[in-house]
Amino acid sequence: MFYRESGQFKSSYAADSAIFTIAQDRVFIAALLALSFVAIPGLASDYLLSGILIPFLILSLAALGLNILTGYAGQLSLGSAAFMAVGAFATYNFMVRLPGMPLLVALFLGGLCAALVGVAFGLPSLRIKGFYLAVATLAAQFFIEWVFTKFGWFSNNSSSGVISAPAMQIFGYPIDSPASKYLLTLSIVAFMALAAKNMARASIGRAWMAVRDMDVAAEVIGIPMLRTKLLAFAISSFYCGVAGALYAFVLLGTVDAQAFDLHRSFQILFMIIIGGVGSILGSFLGAAFIVLLPIGLNLIGQVFHGAISTQFLANLEMMLFGGLIIFFLIVEPHGLARLWQISKEKLRVWPFPH
Amino acid sequence: MTQHRKIGDVILQAEAISLSFGGVKALSNISLEVREHEILSIIGPNGAGKSSMLNVINGVYHPQQGHVVYRGKTRDRMRPHEAARQGIARTFQNIALFKGMSVLDNIMTGRNLKMRANFIQQALYWGRAQREEIAQRAYVEKIIDFLEIQHIRKTPVGRLPYGLQKRVELARALAAEPTMLLLDEPMAGMNVEEKQDMCRFILDVNDEFGTTIVLIEHDMGVVMDISDRIVVLDYGKKIGDGTPDEIRVNPDVIAAYLGGSH
Repeated sequence: MFYRESGQFKSSYAADSAIFTIAQDRVFIAALLALSFVAIPGLASDYLLSGILIPFLILSLAALGLNILTGYAGQLSLGSAAFMAVGAFATYNFMVRLPGMPLLVALFLGGLCAALVGVAFGLPSLRIKGFYLAVATLAAQFFIEWVFTKFGWFSNNSSSGVISAPAMQIFGYPIDSPASKYLLTLSIVAFMALAAKNMARASIGRAWMAVRDMDVAAEVIGIPMLRTKLLAFAISSFYCGVAGALYAFVLLGTVDAQAFDLHRSFQILFMIIIGGVGSILGSFLGAAFIVLLPIGLNLIGQVFHGAISTQFLANLEMMLFGGLIIFFLIVEPHGLARLWQISKEKLRVWPFPH
Repeated sequence: MTQHRKIGDVILQAEAISLSFGGVKALSNISLEVREHEILSIIGPNGAGKSSMLNVINGVYHPQQGHVVYRGKTRDRMRPHEAARQGIARTFQNIALFKGMSVLDNIMTGRNLKMRANFIQQALYWGRAQREEIAQRAYVEKIIDFLEIQHIRKTPVGRLPYGLQKRVELARALAAEPTMLLLDEPMAGMNVEEKQDMCRFILDVNDEFGTTIVLIEHDMGVVMDISDRIVVLDYGKKIGDGTPDEIRVNPDVIAAYLGGSH
């Protein structure tokens, strides 16, 4: 009833290809941004910021990275956590070995290192597809984890292979409180999500989707396979790399390579399957779902005052994930984002069916 | 209607092309030429090597022997996207649209070749990226008008009926502003009305844009009607080459189609 576009006419192609073509969407996004940038840092508790919102945002960014590669360009990857690790360790080394390097520059360079590694492990995609490519990226996962554990140089020869976040500041403003960490993460994620959306609707995004949907036709129409696929690997790994660096420094503070194991890669893959493959919004919905589900289950556990053991809850979480993934793969392969889209379409014509 | 259209010089020559897959000879020693602005049909029974010939022309397959001369340049091994850059576009026998994208995005993909903005400009949707996007959209809208598909602009292609999908595929190929358009069975599986529309579009494209067209088609009525010249293949060999009237009376062609003593 309120979500209706009647009377909103577009008189230029620029207006027709805007990100949000419907006025209500623009209002909603503006309100959401105002809420998250202004209201939340002032009002939310430290637990809400550090325990829920920061992990949600960082994992969204990683999911966004994988979604660019898998959802848009159609290249299945099981190495997202490895690229996160590269980002984290590279950023760490830039900050420790080059004192005085600004945090944002270090993050950017860390992402760039992840992008380079991503391109290297993306090379097999020129020859192999689907499951076989997934296995090749699995090799990246094991190889990179091994490198960071085996060679002390990467962790600045710390005895346990652990890297700890150096003091962070931006323009002299220290990043130490949960609110400042939240704002830093939110700014980076919001900017990168906008960039991803822009790429998705421009020619590079169309090239990725063309390669995903029908690679022979894409090449016949003039899309160079090599460049398009490797660019997808580079940009996707850049996103994962920045997410990894944020995960290490902003969220945990101290990590070793095991924080970026295969389990993490699968977690990110589950996020895009549940949230929506090939959707920017889906990356956020999937991350929200995966972050909130264990917390929600914990709350249910507390309601029953120990009648349900924590072990049972942990197992229940696994079972729910498994069940949901099967459910989404069969019933709605485009995930929560598609459900959201369908409900918006229905809302536009409500109360009529068409 | 095509009287002011003038057939020019040869722009593409296939010289003694032989192509085989393992032991199967798909094409043996085939030579043909395509002249500028003409409509050339390639016909022949199933498995004659018609689609293989198109694949050779735009670089999907590389022939073991022979070579293709396009606009005076000889090429042996060329990737399809390079052929596209030189102005060769095509449609496929089994519709090869990008299923997850809207009609508009499908056609816009045909304009990707014309876009120069790098990915950073695109990520910021700023400057050249934005200008290009809007300028190319204007061109795509012309194609949409031309092919009369305004009403389905924003529809995902997967939801369209077969005939319209074929038309969108033609639109995507036209968006690249090709000099030469390869159409692989553009009218397969269409009803009479859809075939008439498609014929009209093919003739209009040829007439208005001066696009050279090479098409494969099984409907003899259509082929005889719209072609300037016809090449007939059978079992990977060329058995006929000439105007529709010449092909109609060619004894080899009649034998191949109706069966005869070999």
